[in-house]
Amino acid sequence: MQEQIKAKVLAGGARRSGIGLIPSLYYHYRRIVKWLAIFLAISGPGIIVMVADNDAGGITTYAVTGARFGYGLIWFLILLGPVAYYIQEMTVRLGAVTKRGHAEAIFESFGIFWGWFSLFDLILINWLTLVTEFIGMTAALSIFHIPPFITVIVVSVVMSIMVLQGRYWTWEKIALLFCGVNLIYIPCAFIVHPSVSGVMRGALIPGFPGGFNNDIFFFLMANIGTTIAPWMIFFQQSAVVDKGMDEKDIPFGKVDTFIGAMFTVLLAAFVIIVTGTVLKGVPIESADQASRALIGVHKYLGTFLAIGLFDAGFLGAICISLASSWAFGEIFGWAHSLNNKIKEATWFYGSYFIAVITAGIVVLIPGAPLVLITLFVQVIAVTLLPAALIFLILLLNDGELMGEYKNNRFQNTISVMIVLGIIILSTLYAVSALFPNIFK
Amino acid sequence: MRGFFKYHFNKIREINQKYAKPRAKMTKGVGLALLMLRIYLIILIGILIFKFITVLKG
Repeated sequence: MQEQIKAKVLAGGARRSGIGLIPSLYYHYRRIVKWLAIFLAISGPGIIVMVADNDAGGITTYAVTGARFGYGLIWFLILLGPVAYYIQEMTVRLGAVTKRGHAEAIFESFGIFWGWFSLFDLILINWLTLVTEFIGMTAALSIFHIPPFITVIVVSVVMSIMVLQGRYWTWEKIALLFCGVNLIYIPCAFIVHPSVSGVMRGALIPGFPGGFNNDIFFFLMANIGTTIAPWMIFFQQSAVVDKGMDEKDIPFGKVDTFIGAMFTVLLAAFVIIVTGTVLKGVPIESADQASRALIGVHKYLGTFLAIGLFDAGFLGAICISLASSWAFGEIFGWAHSLNNKIKEATWFYGSYFIAVITAGIVVLIPGAPLVLITLFVQVIAVTLLPAALIFLILLLNDGELMGEYKNNRFQNTISVMIVLGIIILSTLYAVSALFPNIFK
Repeated sequence: MRGFFKYHFNKIREINQKYAKPRAKMTKGVGLALLMLRIYLIILIGILIFKFITVLKG
């Protein structure tokens, strides 16, 4: 009956418009194909930033969460998907409308005090995070007996080649390829034969395994800390600008960001499923430790997890180092596009290489305080994250700047609630990292 | 080396001049948000300094 009504409506519509049913359907088909073609051309920054969000630190957090609480906190990660989407979607609008990166937007709208504060904080946090990505990559490849110095050299060379080929488009497609490698966690989850009912329960029914206590609170905060990072805001806005996205591209940018947010949650859930199935109750502290433990369980499992950890660190590294160089370029007025040749944008590429090489060298220094650096990243990040988020909301409410794309009341209510929640929880996370016994 | 520093000092001066006047209107809401942010950062830096002193003493 429903089909008959649909056919009548379609035929009626076609008659009224003076065209037949088949041409009408063909027209719709062409429209969808055209939309997909435009989407494929415009998509990229959202998917890359979201998948790169699951960096080496993120994978470690998910692996430890799974080993500690099994599937019990998957629901919480699912909730974090829309949170990440809401924040990053604002950067798409801001970048597409203003054609400026976040650092430049802060300088221009709030003056030099907040501008320099944000820029220096961003450069410091990004460099420290870059060090943690190198730690993750060297640890992952050490499972395959690859010495850290080889990893650092090869990664630095590949990262350099990626930016030096002279086109943003090519860089983006290579980065998307590495995003695809992250899907390796999906077969891992099937290999371990998880309890489907257990996973569904963990994903759909909110709860706190063992009750709400300080331990679980710390893990919730850690998962939030890995979901929203300051570099993501700066990176996506600059990427939108470098890609040349316009106001008319905003809907595509939103879909791109939404797909990325779904991916990041899905991949995080799969990591939790793997460690939650095989390593539940095993006291692990890092993803590479989990990989080593999993090698004994299944021939490919630990290997896949190690490849995933390396890929996560690599994706994080390429995005974070670019976020810094873009910010520098915007403020200092250097040419700062990946479409520029090295001769045209010497300072832009120079700052990129300096960040990559120095971060790599730190990891190779014998006895370098790597644990302290990892801890320091968590603490310093909360000095910039609230500022970046507050500036984002203020900029999105500037009618003169944003015009019809400014936040409406609903968007403001949601984003203010999210930002307040993130600020409170990330601050508590930093405080608990500084004073481990404070919530015990 | 001297030229390098001179170039960058001039550049920073240029940036400071370029962005000397913030474009955003200082409405009550914006002023309050920035004030809260300042207070938050002062408290956070205070905690960091306290931790640093505690580590040094320990």
